Amino acid sequence: MNTISTEAVQGRPAAGLGAGTSPMGTERSRLLGNLGAWGLLSLGGIIMLVPFLWMVLMSFKSLDEVYTFPPQILPNQFLFSNYAEVWDQVPVARFFSNSATVAISATLGVLLTSSLGGYSFARIDYPGRNTIFLLYLSTMMIPFAVIMIPLFVQMRMLGWINSLYALIVPGLFSAWGTFLMRQFMMGIPKELEEAAEIDGCGHFRIYSTIIMPLCKPVLATLAIFTFMGFWNDFLWPLIVISSRDLKTLPLGLAGFQQKVALNTPWHLVMALAVVSVLPILLIFIIGQKYYVRGIVTSGLKGAA
Amino acid sequence: MAPIATFMPDAARRRRVQRTLAGYFFISPGLLGLALFLVGPLIYSLWLSLTEWDIISPPVFVGLENFRTAFLDDKLFWVSLYVTVRYTLVAVPLTLIAALAAALLLDLNIRGISGFRAIYYLPAMTPAVASVVLWRWIFNSEFGLLNYILDFVGLPKVEWLISADVVMYSFWIMALWSIGPMMIIFLAGLHGVPRTLYEAAEVDGANAWRKLWAVTIPQLSPVILFNLVIGLINTFQVFTAGYLLTAGGPKNATLFYVLYTYRNAFEWLKMGYAASLSWVLFAIVMVMTIFIFRSLGRAVHYEAG
Repeated sequence: MNTISTEAVQGRPAAGLGAGTSPMGTERSRLLGNLGAWGLLSLGGIIMLVPFLWMVLMSFKSLDEVYTFPPQILPNQFLFSNYAEVWDQVPVARFFSNSATVAISATLGVLLTSSLGGYSFARIDYPGRNTIFLLYLSTMMIPFAVIMIPLFVQMRMLGWINSLYALIVPGLFSAWGTFLMRQFMMGIPKELEEAAEIDGCGHFRIYSTIIMPLCKPVLATLAIFTFMGFWNDFLWPLIVISSRDLKTLPLGLAGFQQKVALNTPWHLVMALAVVSVLPILLIFIIGQKYYVRGIVTSGLKGAA
Repeated sequence: MAPIATFMPDAARRRRVQRTLAGYFFISPGLLGLALFLVGPLIYSLWLSLTEWDIISPPVFVGLENFRTAFLDDKLFWVSLYVTVRYTLVAVPLTLIAALAAALLLDLNIRGISGFRAIYYLPAMTPAVASVVLWRWIFNSEFGLLNYILDFVGLPKVEWLISADVVMYSFWIMALWSIGPMMIIFLAGLHGVPRTLYEAAEVDGANAWRKLWAVTIPQLSPVILFNLVIGLINTFQVFTAGYLLTAGGPKNATLFYVLYTYRNAFEWLKMGYAASLSWVLFAIVMVMTIFIFRSLGRAVHYEAG
């Protein structure tokens, strides 16, 4: 039932609008339709691409080139030194390693707790399971704004304000991740583990040697989403982190662009922005398949 | 061993106990985490909403006073609610339609489509803070790209982030730029539409437009509903852009609800009041979700079985 349902988005004959009309006489109108679609896609593509390109181009300009009107599209000279300069002005390596520490530890934690929880929901039958599952589902509806104040108080009591623990520990658990893992594990045939059970395997052996290896694709999906979520998060770090050396990249970037009111060195701000985008872009390029799949399973299966 | 066990009640009971123990063992880390960092805080926050608390002196129980203040005395509460509702009412339909249109186009089997897909995902990859920083410069009245384009086609410059009348349009434009995830969900939904339905429609002589309304949209309705609800919930909680781009201004024109809650809590240290504001938000989101499912749920087409 819950097999991952698409070879999502990769070249399968389109079932949508322009395609599929009968051959011969309509060939010309099909071509025309495609041309129209191409035009629309290009227009939208420009809107999507230009701001992004603008950021990259700005990061290589000189300050003078930034403050000109009409704006200069290409820099006279690509100043890679901007990246070194921003390195001198703010502790970029620090921000980067803080972001990486938080995102990697939280992701590992979420993978562990979610896969354990998913296993419990999907593969073990015990009293109270459905009630707990419902509780899980209902927590997914709670807006973060409701949690942020008490969570802040909690972190303060634990002495974790201005500590990366405040960013990592509350994030080690994910109802959404557990749900995702459960959905996937439900689709694994029961027979696989019955054989193991006869051999006298405990649940932990079954989980670690049979189920988990089969879960690699969904683990990849969950890892990508969790990592991106933590890498990009702003509001929570803003609440619990104020010390400069503990800032994550988004926090550092926000601080950097606010600090200087007049004559903001926009070329340097953009360079820092590019630094914060790069890892995400890299992960996306490597794991595009899993990213799209994840949206499909969690989104659609959750809705319908 | 297993077949014998079924004839032995003791063994069966033991297995059941074992299963239960295993079940709770596996769920316990996650359950503990949710209890400590989600459900616990939720209950705590409900209590805080009934107090007045500046975080330094102990909280004072005031009953429903915070809610009374918000509804009757606090002008900014209404301003922030209005700003958020106004933003949501345009942003959600706008992004929904744009994402659907983009998905329909990206679903076509034409040359270069995978390149287009990559480009359309790009904004979704950009971290919120980076994209806000980027747009701040694009919206810059003097040197920004947008005003350059307007200038180029002979239109007057616009004070994108400075004029209280215009600033919301800037936010809508940014929302439009970030349709990526919604669009991917639509794309996935389009793949689930049975091919045979289109063939049947073609036999009946339906053109592309007719197929869109008679087949695609009805078949896609659960996905549309899902995107609508998620879109509403997310849009209602917008924070980063309002905080970084305009700091709620000009003239509170972008004082979004969560931003106002944040300020109450962490800038003015009105923890109790902020907690009650957050519960009003929770209630609004819940009522909205239930209302949508009640009113539109029936119109949605679900596959039999």
